Amino acid sequence: MNHQAILQVENLKVNFDVSTEGDMPWTKRKKLKAVDDVSFNLQQGETLGIVGESGCGKSTLARAIIRMVPAESGKALWLGNDLLTLDKIAMRKHRKEIQMIFQDPLASLNPRMNIGEIIAEPLKTHYPKTSKEDIKSRVQDVMDKVGLLHNLVNRYPHEFSGGQCQRIGIARALILKPKLIICDEPVSALDVSIQAQVINLLMELQSEMGLTLIFIAHDLSIVKHISNKIMVLYLGNMVEMANSSDIYAHPRHPYTQALISAVPIPDPEIEKNKELILIEGDLPSPINPPSGCVFRTRCQKAQDICANKKPALNTLNDNHMVACHFSA
Amino acid sequence: MSFLEVNNLNVEFNTADGIVRAVNNVNFSLEEGKILAIVGESGSGKSQTVFAIMGLLDQNGRATGSVKFEGEEILNLSITELNSVRAEKIAMIFQDPMTSLNPYMRISEQMAEVLIHHKGLSKTEAIQQSINMLDAVKIPEAKSRIRMYPHEFSGGMRQRVMIAMSLLCHPKLLIADEPTTALDVTVQAQIMHLLADIQKEFGTSIVLITHDLGVVAGNSDDTLVMYGGQVMEVGSTEHVYANPTHPYTQGLMSAVPRLDDKANKLRTIKGNPPNMMLAPVGCPFSPRCKFSQSICATKAPELLRTETKNHQRACHLAPEALL
Repeated sequence: MNHQAILQVENLKVNFDVSTEGDMPWTKRKKLKAVDDVSFNLQQGETLGIVGESGCGKSTLARAIIRMVPAESGKALWLGNDLLTLDKIAMRKHRKEIQMIFQDPLASLNPRMNIGEIIAEPLKTHYPKTSKEDIKSRVQDVMDKVGLLHNLVNRYPHEFSGGQCQRIGIARALILKPKLIICDEPVSALDVSIQAQVINLLMELQSEMGLTLIFIAHDLSIVKHISNKIMVLYLGNMVEMANSSDIYAHPRHPYTQALISAVPIPDPEIEKNKELILIEGDLPSPINPPSGCVFRTRCQKAQDICANKKPALNTLNDNHMVACHFSA
Repeated sequence: MSFLEVNNLNVEFNTADGIVRAVNNVNFSLEEGKILAIVGESGSGKSQTVFAIMGLLDQNGRATGSVKFEGEEILNLSITELNSVRAEKIAMIFQDPMTSLNPYMRISEQMAEVLIHHKGLSKTEAIQQSINMLDAVKIPEAKSRIRMYPHEFSGGMRQRVMIAMSLLCHPKLLIADEPTTALDVTVQAQIMHLLADIQKEFGTSIVLITHDLGVVAGNSDDTLVMYGGQVMEVGSTEHVYANPTHPYTQGLMSAVPRLDDKANKLRTIKGNPPNMMLAPVGCPFSPRCKFSQSICATKAPELLRTETKNHQRACHLAPEALL
């Protein structure tokens, strides 16, 4: 479709086999559709934000792309190669180009390695022949980039604060000079003032190194701030995708509208006069998702058609895609 | 006489590494029927302040100062005395409802226990009242769901159970410690909506602790900003948001990305939160403050009233100097 796309995900599905209460050992396992038929394109240098409530499949989607969880079907074309069908050796070549940053900065660092070793590990794994001097200078380079002082290399993760640990995680992701970084809730565990530092750092590094980012978060304000494009997931289904300014100004899907309305804005005047669209109830179980449109059980606009027919993803103007029978 | 009055509250912890001064000289008061929000980052002492009020400090913690509830001193009461205050006058809900409910007990047992102990009701009556309360917090099919165990509820529903449980004895003050931090935004909106309803229906006063400035904006009358165990600024929520006059409050406000505007770069507060192991000298925010003067590092600023009603700030510099 678009030859410039660095990553093209087509009809990606991820299922998990689960056993439910009362199952016997011989009962056929139920399928949990964690990601259901998701497609998107990502251009070089772009940021795709993925938002949704917990359990909607945002992390699973990202993990399936780099095969941390097996996909059921679909394609993930990375510079033309389908990552999902590559053999181990060919995959390793591409793993260098795609790195990941995790949510809990302390839990994603090995407590028994000092931070010099942590940052150097990907380099040693993928380029075992790198000389010690090279490793040292590369480690110092990335430490400079993320704002860590050189004299900290011999310290251990527990000696750092959450924000600094996240910087170490970012340094580790950068040392291989990747093209794509998948950030899985990178700032949710951090305080507001530290969160801003990390977001700014990611944006600076992106423009400096031409990085492409997939940014997963449940905080819509942050996603809006950092992303060009935003995808809204609900129970593993993509319900809406559009440019970030467009989706906030004109959300078309009732779920997106409710989600945006639920985000509190730090201004008492606005908050007190705001008309809140409250979604009743909780996320339905993904093992028995509602028939038709997955959101219909909590949707205020739901009609008979929503229960019978799954809405197709329609493209409106400007690549604004929405899956709703009443989006027109 | 104020409804709740906290004077010179200090909390210290005796740890193997030395004394940690988690809360330093905190003063505030709350009027009946109002909602006070305490905001601050992790380690700012906001939770320890209310733990001290509720007598819930860890074994190695020590609180000094005074906390008066309806004129009566409640700080450092004996357990027996405290038990007549807790639940009956002041109740508390916590951040993680899964860890604060007993996983081995049905909801019915946990809720009835409160009423049997505090009100001396029979078990049947206690369970009936508990069901009514679950109805009041809008749990569907309360009658059958009260027989369930905590793990059978979703996060939002568990938080509703916690709220129902805390309201059983109709306390006058509800302390909510990060009640929505573990929840999704849509569920957060439901819970905050519920708390607002309860406040109207039962006239409960609420102390709301949170780090989310958005939640504070829509759901509080007054806002108190804490940093490094000290109060930086306190005033009516409208006033504090419209004219933050403390450098920390200003920094915090501009560090939050907002859904309704697009700044290219978030303004950050340089550096990291203070090390609470070190005895505070001067203003705790001074190492990160861009307006810091020599006096800030040596002398702690007092929390002083400004010309605006009820607005207090702790800063050596005049508000005009911070522009």
